[in-house]
Amino acid sequence: MNGEESQWLTVLIAVLGGAIRVGTPFLFVSLGECLTEKSGRINLGLEGNLIMGAMAGYGVAWITGSAWLGVLAAGATGVVLGFVHALLCQQPRVNDIAVGIALMILGTGLAFFIGKPLIQPTAPHLPALHLGAWSDNPALRAALEINALFIVGVLLAPAMAWFFRSSRWGLAIRTVGESDDAARAMGLNVNLVRMLATMAGGFLAGVGGAFLSLYYPGGWSEGLSSGQGLMAVALVIFARWDPMRCLYASLLFGGAGALGPSLQAVGVTSGYYLFNAAPYVLTLILMIAASSTKVRSGMPGSLAAR
Amino acid sequence: MKNPKLEMKQDCAIDQSRRGTLKSLAGLGLGTLAGSFGIGNAEAASKVTMGFLYVGPRDDYGYNQAHFEGKSAIAKQSWIKAVDQENVPETIAVQKAMESMINLDGAQVIFPTSFGYFDPHILKIAPKYPEVMFLHCGGLYDAKKHPKNVGSYFGYIDEAVYISGIVAGHTSKTGKLGYIAAIPIPQVLRNINNFTMAARSVNPKITVQVVFTGGWANPVKEAESANSLIDQGVDVLTCHVDSPKVVVETAEKRGVFSCGYHADQSKLAPKGFLTGAEWNWSKIYLDYATMIAKKQKIPNLIRGGFKEGLVKSSPYGKAVSAKAKAHADKVRAQFMKGNFVVYQGPIKDNTGKEVIPKGKGYSQTDIWLESMDWLVEGVVGKTKG
Repeated sequence: MNGEESQWLTVLIAVLGGAIRVGTPFLFVSLGECLTEKSGRINLGLEGNLIMGAMAGYGVAWITGSAWLGVLAAGATGVVLGFVHALLCQQPRVNDIAVGIALMILGTGLAFFIGKPLIQPTAPHLPALHLGAWSDNPALRAALEINALFIVGVLLAPAMAWFFRSSRWGLAIRTVGESDDAARAMGLNVNLVRMLATMAGGFLAGVGGAFLSLYYPGGWSEGLSSGQGLMAVALVIFARWDPMRCLYASLLFGGAGALGPSLQAVGVTSGYYLFNAAPYVLTLILMIAASSTKVRSGMPGSLAAR
Repeated sequence: MKNPKLEMKQDCAIDQSRRGTLKSLAGLGLGTLAGSFGIGNAEAASKVTMGFLYVGPRDDYGYNQAHFEGKSAIAKQSWIKAVDQENVPETIAVQKAMESMINLDGAQVIFPTSFGYFDPHILKIAPKYPEVMFLHCGGLYDAKKHPKNVGSYFGYIDEAVYISGIVAGHTSKTGKLGYIAAIPIPQVLRNINNFTMAARSVNPKITVQVVFTGGWANPVKEAESANSLIDQGVDVLTCHVDSPKVVVETAEKRGVFSCGYHADQSKLAPKGFLTGAEWNWSKIYLDYATMIAKKQKIPNLIRGGFKEGLVKSSPYGKAVSAKAKAHADKVRAQFMKGNFVVYQGPIKDNTGKEVIPKGKGYSQTDIWLESMDWLVEGVVGKTKG
């Protein structure tokens, strides 16, 4: 293999590895947001859930010595934040976007405040599965070191799609999301369904945070998320509220995030600001593409009605 | 020593971010009351009050922690009152934080430690408070252009980076080193160049691959950069970002060596950590406090490396060979004597252009080195994106 070929292989492997490593938090947050939005409510506060989850997960893992307890704690924190969001939003004349922004700022600030003593300690990390053991290429082996949470996320996407399509509860969420009146006519408790959907969505976003602090990049610091929660919310829109498309979009975003550093690592040094901005450029392009009316067809009715 | 004029300003302080309650009390006239009866001034008169601002958290295993350690060391002195604030963004927030330290705490000297605090923030506030000294950590001060009560201090940490480069050069088996850097500013480029020249003084075939992440704290990009560099065959990693924690931990996880930066990261990588370049701020902060206490004039520009005690190397890790140690110690001894010139011509940049001709040398204190905008031969990377 000549040098140039091996370089491009490195970039390819880095983008593949990045899609898996960087994409996992996007996957969890976007699935969570998808679930919440299907019930007819937007939770912009998931960035706050992500950061709180990262902090709480790291703290609990450090204290108890178990990374999996940390994941649970992160999810539980997300549930609490989701509950607060749902509780506030079901009051009359409360705007869910505004509440979401408030909770995002609250979650971020609270995590920074409580997380002060957690910057230094080293908590146990989540274990990885070595799926690349068959390969003698160390780069490929590293890229295929896959965290169990990623696999959970990948399985969750089709499960959620099935849930929406075929299960009784999934239909209830979709009904509530399409039309309040129709749901009430069916005897569904609209607020309860939305509250459960928001809490479950919050749980997933919290778990996404645990992935950041307990696996990749690992450790708690205040710059950990840098807006990934917000990007994941945007991602749901062009995934057209479809869990499977959330999975593909998350992988695409993760790969785009890995492009800038890996190109520089192989010596493509021109335009690194542009490549570093790749995920954001991608967001813009996809948002423009997604704003055509045809694409918006998947939008839940009560979101579209506003 | 507290200026009575300051009490007046206290009432019109516009800060909201810091000590909000104190300010509102002052607004009610309690501040003036305290001032006229001299309450709280007795203490201030006998103490040297210093204010520190950090752009990130105090315990980031990096740049901000190094400053905080310096501040904590001098705060132990009974005659020094040191106040600080962390997570101050490089926006108007830093102006408010500085004014509040001056007006509410009576700070006589302010240390805004982040690069981006200087222009326009320090330059805007300094003329308003001519009796307060503003000492910026970095290389932006220009005696011709800037107010008299502004100054700068900086350590030649590139000397310690040079030592790291020697150790890295001896340790690397693949001959490929990796440098993860935030933004191509002169201080960063100088560190990269020193690291490269030091490693190539051991083995001229060594190359250093640079990745610019575009920000001082972006853990995900730093981890991606580290993984990509390791995939590319790099076996010693170092970095110039605010917190090297992610880079050092990723290197350890992937089984390659690492050199630290800013503070001591040896605990994070017990197997692969080689050494690192650290600041030693406690000394200079104590020097400044002594000058203020003795009412001496504070110099506008202070620079120093190993010799002046402003920088140090982290203790050698397990993987460092005896040969590497001997070589590194020898060069450090030359730095201590002050007779080691890193930038001794002929030196070419990585586009093949000769930047320093044969026979010409720039010693450590040369201000020309502080406007560096090129990368030395052996670096794979570009200063302009």
